[in-house]
Amino acid sequence: MSMTTAGMLFVLSLVVALVAVYRPFGDHMYRVVSGTRSARVERGIYRLVGVNPAVEQTWGVYARSVLAFSAVSILFLYAFQRLQNHLWLSLGFDPVVPHGAWNTAVSFVTNTNWQWYSGESTMGHLVQMAGLAVQNFVSAAVGIAVAVALVRGFARSRTGELGNFWVDLTRIVLRILLPIAVLGTLALMLGGAVQNLSGGTDVTTLTGGSQTITGGPVASQEVIKELGTNGGGFYNVNSAHPFENPTTWTNWIEIFLILLIPFSLPRVFGRMVGQNRQGYAIAAVMAILALASITLTNVFELTGHGTVPQAVGAALEGKEVRFDVSNSATFAAATTLTSTGAVNSFHDSYTALGGMMTLGNMMLGEVAPGGVGAGLYGLLILAVITVFVAGLMVGRTPEYLGKKIGSREIKFASMYFLITPALVLAGTAAAFATGNNSTALNVGPHGLSEVLYAFTSASNNNGSAFAGITVNTQWWNTALGLCMLLGRFLPIIFALALAGSLARQQPTPASEGTLPTHKPLFVGMVVGVTVILVALTFLPALALGPLAEGL
Amino acid sequence: MRLPSWLSQHLAALRAVLVFTVLLGLAYPLALVAVGRIPGLDAHADGSLIEAGGRPVGSSLIGQSFTDSDGNPVPRYFQSRPSAAGDGYDPTSTAASNLGPESMVDTITSDEETSAQSLLTQVCARSKAVGELDGVDGRRPYCTPDGVGAVLAVFRADGLTGRITRVVSVNQVAPATPFVSTWQGVPVELARPDQDYVAEGGLITPVRGDAPAEPAVPADAVTASGSGLDPHISPAYAEIQVARVARERGADPAAIRELVEEHTTGRSLGFMGEPGVNVLEVNLALDERFPAR
Repeated sequence: MSMTTAGMLFVLSLVVALVAVYRPFGDHMYRVVSGTRSARVERGIYRLVGVNPAVEQTWGVYARSVLAFSAVSILFLYAFQRLQNHLWLSLGFDPVVPHGAWNTAVSFVTNTNWQWYSGESTMGHLVQMAGLAVQNFVSAAVGIAVAVALVRGFARSRTGELGNFWVDLTRIVLRILLPIAVLGTLALMLGGAVQNLSGGTDVTTLTGGSQTITGGPVASQEVIKELGTNGGGFYNVNSAHPFENPTTWTNWIEIFLILLIPFSLPRVFGRMVGQNRQGYAIAAVMAILALASITLTNVFELTGHGTVPQAVGAALEGKEVRFDVSNSATFAAATTLTSTGAVNSFHDSYTALGGMMTLGNMMLGEVAPGGVGAGLYGLLILAVITVFVAGLMVGRTPEYLGKKIGSREIKFASMYFLITPALVLAGTAAAFATGNNSTALNVGPHGLSEVLYAFTSASNNNGSAFAGITVNTQWWNTALGLCMLLGRFLPIIFALALAGSLARQQPTPASEGTLPTHKPLFVGMVVGVTVILVALTFLPALALGPLAEGL
Repeated sequence: MRLPSWLSQHLAALRAVLVFTVLLGLAYPLALVAVGRIPGLDAHADGSLIEAGGRPVGSSLIGQSFTDSDGNPVPRYFQSRPSAAGDGYDPTSTAASNLGPESMVDTITSDEETSAQSLLTQVCARSKAVGELDGVDGRRPYCTPDGVGAVLAVFRADGLTGRITRVVSVNQVAPATPFVSTWQGVPVELARPDQDYVAEGGLITPVRGDAPAEPAVPADAVTASGSGLDPHISPAYAEIQVARVARERGADPAAIRELVEEHTTGRSLGFMGEPGVNVLEVNLALDERFPAR
């Protein structure tokens, strides 16, 4: 069987698996976020945290709870890294430098997991498992909670209440993320992923050299890194490392885990608004964009244009033999279509157009299917923009799921959409204006791509990189930290504000003039709006980078 | 006393962070570390270490270099892929090269420290070296016979257009011979150290040459992996090494080939990933079955 055929079967098997779990897993998540009965351990947590689970919150209180939890998390993680040399299992590493600790604290709390550092030579085991990996869970839960709150805005009427953040957070962590993480860890350990507290084993190689076989609680962190679409590797080389992703089938599992929650959340949306077909429409938009992108990335990488790939005979630089070109390209597309940013191959060495796909996936706003929660709320915002555009075309007041999209709503949606492009383009311009682009490894258009990729990744909370660029400087760590922070929490505030505004409305009964939002026409329109908005925003920047290099 | 709501909210947040740190940051990973002690699973959880002669010699999942102390390949062993992790296969400093698809102009300076090879030159040099070691044709497209990137800087009278005034082979310095003597009638010069021909306005032009489209040295032999720790080589790369290893060990190539097949991992379920030969495992088996003379 040729690599292309095997690669197509690989993608097909993922599609089949995701379709198979869409209903049962989506229904499970629906019961988790809409249930009211608390288990004993949950009641215990509410008591320890000091919240009353029966009290619901307005959008403002919900947003302030998210922000308070995230602010405390950032401070906690910052202190953890700065003090790691005093703690257990530090492996003798120094405290993390201040600008680096700031960047990493923000990075993990915002679900970005951008990494300026090499895990194996910077972070002790305790910081990894009790600092960074905890945020892998809770930052993912925050994303899902915000998405659920936005959906409640559509589902409820004449109320200010959007649920209780602390309850959502706890239930999502305990009933969705943790059980899958435990099962996933066992599977990866069977494949050979490491799970111990060893500081490393020194060995003498066959030819008399020395090598340190590293250890660490890797498998448990690896699973939640993919499941929570976080992406921060235990080691510098992330999921290319044989201890994180040892076999061809663990590679399949990791891609499946990346896509599992984001692709099943539309089911939760459909159930909550009482029309499953609305969920199918959103899932269809995600699937069309994702399949197109995965296919194109595979085509560009397998074709292998470019001087070096032509000289080599394949685009194999930065890729492992066990994954080879196709399974690497599929992972790369999945990780950038979501907000994961884990990599099993190095995007910087991709063909110009293959690399552009990874960049473009993030520029789409990570909505196909996007990060856990973030993908759903991002796509719902785009759906709101789409009904607005459609309403303008036919001259009717736009409405979505019976809620009028008035000037207040469209302002929130537009603000949401504009934040990341503003951060990406302003950040890239600032890097060039201040000369900080000179830390790029490659020269010419590819050097510009490295800078553009860094800001796109940080502002969209992805975390992958064109990793040749050196970002361990005060300027880069500060600038990218700000982009991650603003790129995460401003959109969350606007999404929750929109939710609050929708929840207060009295639903409008559907009439003849209402645009049906579950039909193929609407699906096509949302796909069109998404692609056109991105193309209008980013084409000039792409023309100077990957397009100039690849054409 | 009733706390102001902003303060009580942050205190709740702090308590939540602490609760989740204990639950997800300690209980969860440590319970799974404990599970990893179960006999059968423990070897995996500890990094799949391999022993030979009673001492650990590596991990079956982590590649290693089979070179002598000077970095030259030890011919009795199958060779791994190039690696960008530290000095090669260093798990404490894992890395990819991150060089792009159009990285083809070397930085040649009089000071060795600041010189840097482009990805294209690295590929060409590796291909030539592997070709010589294993007695196969090491030529590749876009490579010079002396194993660097075949790249010209073409200077034209009016920048992008006009007649050609000067042509430099940017990756070749004296005492090399330019890989082509003339380019569209203009004699080709060698590069000189410390010159930046791109900044001077030269149009960078890679030259394909007449090397076969499918080179004898496989792709994985001339590229660094993403991890720098790739434990595998392709069956094709193993195949071109069989004759050398058999000769060095005075063994029948067919027997060596059989050993390679024993240590080849196929695709999972027939369609996931690509087949690979585990280099450390096959070399250990060689030492056992065909000790070097």
